[in-house]
Amino acid sequence: MSLLKIDNIHVYYGAIHAIKGISFEVEEDEIVTLIGSNGAGKSTTLNTIAGLLKPRSGSVTFDGKSLTSMPTNKVVSQGIALCPEGRRIFQQMTVRENLEMGGFTRPDKEIPDTIDEMFQRFPRLKEREKQIAGTLSGGEQQMLAMARALMSKPRLLMLDEPSMGLAPILVEQIFGIIKELHAAGTTILLVEQNAQMALSVADRAYVLETGKLTMEGNARDLLTNDNVRKAYLGN
Amino acid sequence: MIQFLSFLISGISLGSVYAIIALGYSMVYGIAKMLNFAHGDVIMIGAYIAFCTVQYLHLPPLVAVLAAVVVCTVLGILIEGLAYKPLRQASSLAVLITAIGMSYLLQNVALLIWGANPKSFPSVISLGTLSLFDGRLRITSETFVTILANIVIMIALTLFTNRTKMGKAMRCVSEDKGAAELMGVNVNSTISMTFAIGSALAAVAGVLLCSSYPTLMPTTGAMPGIKAFTAAVFGGIGSIPGALIGGLLLGVIEILGRAYISTELSDAIVFAVLIVVLLVKPTGLLGKPTHEKV
Repeated sequence: MSLLKIDNIHVYYGAIHAIKGISFEVEEDEIVTLIGSNGAGKSTTLNTIAGLLKPRSGSVTFDGKSLTSMPTNKVVSQGIALCPEGRRIFQQMTVRENLEMGGFTRPDKEIPDTIDEMFQRFPRLKEREKQIAGTLSGGEQQMLAMARALMSKPRLLMLDEPSMGLAPILVEQIFGIIKELHAAGTTILLVEQNAQMALSVADRAYVLETGKLTMEGNARDLLTNDNVRKAYLGN
Repeated sequence: MIQFLSFLISGISLGSVYAIIALGYSMVYGIAKMLNFAHGDVIMIGAYIAFCTVQYLHLPPLVAVLAAVVVCTVLGILIEGLAYKPLRQASSLAVLITAIGMSYLLQNVALLIWGANPKSFPSVISLGTLSLFDGRLRITSETFVTILANIVIMIALTLFTNRTKMGKAMRCVSEDKGAAELMGVNVNSTISMTFAIGSALAAVAGVLLCSSYPTLMPTTGAMPGIKAFTAAVFGGIGSIPGALIGGLLLGVIEILGRAYISTELSDAIVFAVLIVVLLVKPTGLLGKPTHEKV
């Protein structure tokens, strides 16, 4: 049984039909990526899984449990963390407070140890522990957003455009961390516009075009697929 | 000089009441991004509850304060749940008009229950008067308790929002509701809690206000409510220290204006100062301009 199962969901923004019946699955210990151009519905899909948006029809099942009508704060306790597009860290709180909030659903006494684990994985955050998060650089903010999502010890980590707005060297670094997290046993659902990078770390991939899945398969195969190369890899 | 000091102390005392009310406005605005114009009328309800507890049930003043706090806390949660929660997705104009409607509803319910005649509020604080400089400077216990209550409330709230899990959750909700939800914070219950805290503070403010200015009628809360709202905007709405500074400044300006410039114009002076501050610093004295880093 797959860890996450999306079955024929339709999502609307008012009258706009943003997701037009997509179905896909994520198995335990996989990295699955959703690629597609701007406005294809990638973030909408993640937000729907997280419960921030409700599908008009179709279902979302996680570990055999239906998430379809579950409020976001309950979805988190099921073991799903979304590191949202644009990072959305709490700008006016310190780095440490942001991490504490990431562990909101977990017992208080386990939080300091988990924060130490995050500091080991992201040493830059340790240096910035007491700093107000809004003053961090873009790359540091992305690391904080990822660490904050990991604080809930999720079984499924969803990353929405983690490379957005970052310099190439930082993009490399972020993807390095994604590989490490995967090696450590975290299941990841990755949404990216940077298809090249996403396909190079992922096991499987789905291509989303204006609300519909148009292609799916092994990430390595898609990387060499002519249509994908033309549409998303620029050659 | 001593007279000035006496005015100053009265100003700080009145300002403390404004600050406590302004906190309610400011916290609710920070979390729910709405102006709860019924907040001033919760003050009035709190004062009536305290009045009845002392006058008709002959219970001690402290019990009266507690009763007012409990009733107002429940009232705050009810107002939010019944009137504002269904409008969470509505335009801010709809919410604003609902809040004004709620304000009139509370005033008229009070009119029905307690009538239009002013009640003389018995001071719940009677510890005598402190005389300094051979009796030329007199500080009443009401003044003293009001200022003290303000200090205690400010410290307690600052500790609550900075140190406790619920307090931090409140700050998250005020910054980014969606992101707070993604952390597992229940946004609805956080908003209810904010209304509960704000309304409990309004009850305390009502008792303090009526202890110093003992005329109680259904419109008693309206003017202090508007002034405290002014104080909140003045100091920077959404900020706890802003509410404190805005409230104190407003109280001092009002009393000094009344004493040295004109009794009739004191309110006009207060609002004129607000306009000037907002022209120079549109986010208020301690308000942060919002900026996004990309």
